[in-house]
Amino acid sequence: MKSLKTIGLKTVGALIAATVMASAVPALAAGGAQHAHEPKEGFSFTGPFGTYDQAQLQRGYKVYREVCAACHSMNLLSFRNLGEKDGPFYDPKFKNPNDNPVVKQIASEFEVADIDSETGDAITRKATTSDRFPAPFPNTAAAAASNGGAVPPDLSVITKARHGGASYVYSLLTGYKAPPAGLKIAEGQHYNPYFPGDLTSAWSGDHKHVPAGGVLAMAPPLSAGQVTFDDGRESTLSHQAADVAAFLEWAGEPKATLRKKTGVAVLAYLLLFFGLTYASYRMVWRGKH
Amino acid sequence: MSDHPSTYVPKTGIEKWLDSRLPIVRLAYDSFVDYPTPKNLNYWWTFGGILSVCLAVQIITGIILAMHYTPHIDYAFNSVERIMRDVNYGWLIRYVHANGASMFFFAVYVHMLRGLYYGSYKAPREVLWILGCIIFFLMIATAFMGYVLPWGQMSFHGAVVITNLIGSIPVIGTPILTWLQGGFAVDQATLNRFFSLHYLLPFVIAGVVILHIWALHVSGQNNPAGVEIKSKEDTVPFTPYATVKDGVAIIAFLFLFSVFVFFMPNSLGHADNYIQANPLVTPAHIVPEWYLLTFYAILRAIPDKFLGVVAMFGAIAVIFALPWLDTSKVKSMRYRPVMRWFFVIFVVVCLGLGWCGAQLPDAQVIPGFPSFNLIDGQLNSYLWLTRLFTLYYFAFFLFIMPWIGLKEDPLPVPASISEAVLAEHNKKKG
Amino acid sequence: MSEPENAAAAGHDDPSRRDFIYIAAGAAAVGTVGAIAVPLVAQMNPAADTLALASTEFDLTKVQEGQQVVIKWRGKPVFIRSRNATEIKAAEDTPLSELKDPQTDAERVKAGKEQWLILVGSCTHLGCVPTFGAGDYGGWFCPCHGSHYDTSGRIRKGPAPTNLVVPEYDFLTDTRVKIG
Repeated sequence: MKSLKTIGLKTVGALIAATVMASAVPALAAGGAQHAHEPKEGFSFTGPFGTYDQAQLQRGYKVYREVCAACHSMNLLSFRNLGEKDGPFYDPKFKNPNDNPVVKQIASEFEVADIDSETGDAITRKATTSDRFPAPFPNTAAAAASNGGAVPPDLSVITKARHGGASYVYSLLTGYKAPPAGLKIAEGQHYNPYFPGDLTSAWSGDHKHVPAGGVLAMAPPLSAGQVTFDDGRESTLSHQAADVAAFLEWAGEPKATLRKKTGVAVLAYLLLFFGLTYASYRMVWRGKH
Repeated sequence: MSDHPSTYVPKTGIEKWLDSRLPIVRLAYDSFVDYPTPKNLNYWWTFGGILSVCLAVQIITGIILAMHYTPHIDYAFNSVERIMRDVNYGWLIRYVHANGASMFFFAVYVHMLRGLYYGSYKAPREVLWILGCIIFFLMIATAFMGYVLPWGQMSFHGAVVITNLIGSIPVIGTPILTWLQGGFAVDQATLNRFFSLHYLLPFVIAGVVILHIWALHVSGQNNPAGVEIKSKEDTVPFTPYATVKDGVAIIAFLFLFSVFVFFMPNSLGHADNYIQANPLVTPAHIVPEWYLLTFYAILRAIPDKFLGVVAMFGAIAVIFALPWLDTSKVKSMRYRPVMRWFFVIFVVVCLGLGWCGAQLPDAQVIPGFPSFNLIDGQLNSYLWLTRLFTLYYFAFFLFIMPWIGLKEDPLPVPASISEAVLAEHNKKKG
Repeated sequence: MSEPENAAAAGHDDPSRRDFIYIAAGAAAVGTVGAIAVPLVAQMNPAADTLALASTEFDLTKVQEGQQVVIKWRGKPVFIRSRNATEIKAAEDTPLSELKDPQTDAERVKAGKEQWLILVGSCTHLGCVPTFGAGDYGGWFCPCHGSHYDTSGRIRKGPAPTNLVVPEYDFLTDTRVKIG
């Protein structure tokens, strides 16, 4: 059974290579910030079979809408995305999200800039499902001016753009705390042990024990009771943070559920295909070894 | 294509008609059906077929992506995300293309190390080897330019760092750099031309691949025993024997590929590349993709900027010269008891260089371990570990290869492939 | 046509003359290729709109003492740093013998305007943007390959070969500079 043994070795080799390749990346993230963690109850979308929890996405959307959206844009998302398959307001009755009454209702709550097609004047009108989420500031200069010089990052792909993804968002939102004694924090800045940064220059203590984390311009945005959940979930800081992190994860990777489902089918098919080809191989090579 | 006489017999009238005008079916038949293949090829030999699949996958997905991508600094990032969100199956095609690059390099490294271990570069296969080296070099150029296209933070600053390497050439460096970037910084002109060249180069690679296969069919395949084909007993026809074996390996490879595409599509990339490029801010840790880390580490090992660039390109150039650096008369390291161990160390060193390339040079290798300052850095730092590995990398090619080849007593080499197969068969039974 | 020339046409011509024709034809071919190559190569150089780079003016009152502002000029970042007294003193007191690329602080600022340090914010190693206030010398630290710059933007440690570049600039008034 030489061939089987070789295959076994090869698979092990490939897996080791894959592990090395995959683990090499997080090692880079260790830039002095505290390691991000999931909420206690975990996230429903982790793992190869994880899917989004629609109720959680709806709550997360509410947190985004009522808190985050005041400063953070979400330029890559349109209202219709909310009603697409696996989205927060998907309804199997409305395959076309543009017909979904909830999505229509949400869109109509926003005003977007447009040009009057008859007069050519700049006007604002009610948003439609195909419009993008309007940004809170007209441009980055305005965003910086309103936020003490720091531009609030766009949240469309924030979970893909940060090491730790949704866990990072959750940890950051719940992780604000008083700076340790000896750390000089400038006006308008806030200490957070999960925010990647280098505090060496602001730290008056021993240079070997610089505190983890960094400072950011965003004040702690969430607090208990700030958002009232429609489904009666207790509005704790942790719940709000977990829900909005889940919503942002969906916003960054709306096709994740479809991707994983397709993946399971593809791998199962390949396994069968492999078995058949390997059997053919044994038959072809019989007596030749 | 080879010395092997053609055995193709056109059966139908159409085949006969075509064969006397353009014998393309004959060429394909002689090259991929009747072609005599050494019968002792192991699974390491399937990576050539795997690489053909990789190239095809990248070209097909790439052409599709180009239908939806916009090479403009204001739209590139968003057009990639639009592919992921709105284009039908766009997420699949883009993830296949992005992870496909990693898979391609993984396979090419295995393929190259196989050639190194079994002496596939030695006479009469020097040209075959050099063509392979050219393909590898073109792959690096293509992958680098492709990585710039999504116009994320890593794309942009990677392009800045790599194009600035050219600027380190004395005197003519800066004009060439400006010419290459089409401006005084990486900008719209750079992105646009990189897109054009990223589309072009895969077809150049495909052309060199044809030459590579042509050269392979002239000299015939090497094999684990490292002895040439002596008689018909030594070979099996390519189809079905090699095709079915390649098929098994390709499917196993696609399985690994799919695991990445469907379940960890971003694990080989950098989070920073999901932030749109901003010329005014450099990400905290700028590192190339994993497959270039080995060469990147060599670049950083040398304190002088220009010499660092020379060393990095030298690390690739030395592979081209390999056929003339190895003095051994024996091809396969199976029969080279000393060299085999230097090969193992070489593989570890290459992986080690890759690891070092991802670390900060000043960081401690063993945290807290006492150390002292040596010339320009702590001894217990990735800087010095990288230098140690770099030294071995070059010593392996320039010193160990020629020297061990002369000094080593190789084990007895089998008289023929069939003898080698028989010996192995008996060993397994006994 | 005279007799000898007819003989030449029949294949008995003067070899040097025949070579001359061939060489001239060959040279013309090379010239053609060269002439075609000129536009094909030159198109890669900066286009007219890229070359039409305006200079930029900046209001210094926007920079707080001890801070820097980054503006974009010719596609590259420019640091405008307002140095405090300790930073200026540290830069002025550094002996030239400690420097890899010796330059006094006075050569890098305008006389009487020592507070203002204006630099192209592009690491001289491989062009990354150095981080403000980090590194061992309180100036900048390049995150790419670990170059440390002091409060005069001079390279002190790491792979960068030269100091951060001081662009051409002039003070229009006490609070306004023109860069470029």
